[in-house]
Amino acid sequence: MKAPLDIQVNGEPTQVAAGATLADLVEQLALGCRKIAVAVNRDVVPRSNFSKHSIEAADQIEILEAVGGG
Amino acid sequence: MGESYNLGSHTFHSRLIVGSGKYDSFQTQLDATVASGAEMMTVALRRVDLTAPKSENLLSYVPEGTTILPNTAGCFNVEDAVTTCQLGRELLGHGLVKLEVIGDERTLFPDVPATIEAAKILVDDGFEVLPYITDDPVACQRLAALGCVAVMPLAAPIGSGLGIRNPANLRIILETVEVPVVVDAGVGTASDAAIAMELGCTAILMNTAIAGAKAPVQMARAMRLGVEAGRLAYESGRISRRLYANASSPLDGLASF
Repeated sequence: MKAPLDIQVNGEPTQVAAGATLADLVEQLALGCRKIAVAVNRDVVPRSNFSKHSIEAADQIEILEAVGGG
Repeated sequence: MGESYNLGSHTFHSRLIVGSGKYDSFQTQLDATVASGAEMMTVALRRVDLTAPKSENLLSYVPEGTTILPNTAGCFNVEDAVTTCQLGRELLGHGLVKLEVIGDERTLFPDVPATIEAAKILVDDGFEVLPYITDDPVACQRLAALGCVAVMPLAAPIGSGLGIRNPANLRIILETVEVPVVVDAGVGTASDAAIAMELGCTAILMNTAIAGAKAPVQMARAMRLGVEAGRLAYESGRISRRLYANASSPLDGLASF
């Protein structure tokens, strides 16, 4: 079995299994029902592509949501 | 409700656009938004709190049919603002965005060259861009020329409540820019909103003046009425100013006692 991947999610060190996709990460973080938008290394990944997008070691992932603002 | 207007491909009737920040609770924010009559509400994009991911989300507290306008508040460079707009489009499913590229932390004045550069990238990428900008007619003309669907000059610094500081500049912008002019930021009370609308602005965007009031829901209604009164007065064509009196009652037929 391959070693897990070390990545950053919202600036926090996080591990995912080798071969994990963004869909797996969203499930791991229990964010499945949230309205979120995700960028991997600055590139926006549409939600429809989460299950096809494989995470790679050292990826910088930002998971954002809408909050109050003006 | 007056005639409708367009911002890009979106049509609105209400000329009040509200922010959703600084409220004590989601419920107050929702009640104030309803009271304002606004059809569009701005939001910011921030990191999900991974330690409390099941907390409530703002998007559950939006009146039915309200357009959500993502902003790029907090972005200090072109790249961050563009990426944030792309995330907003993905999250909300439309390309109408409020572009802010801040140039100075203390005043929150926009970085004008960076705003223009980011607007160009976004317009080329198919976004409908609403840029927050200084009340500089030339900057507004540049933004309109490159394809922004409106310009949003500030009336005073964000959250300052100072009101319409430079109506003369706003008038020049209104006369020289062909896209809608939306006053964004700086108003404090309903008369400020009325002044902006009396000048002929298409709409006004505000957050702190409502959310920061002692009674936000009541102030939201006051702002709605201020905006409507100002727009009606603008459309009615005010009288010209004159130095001396002009009697309202007939001068003929006066009794002689």
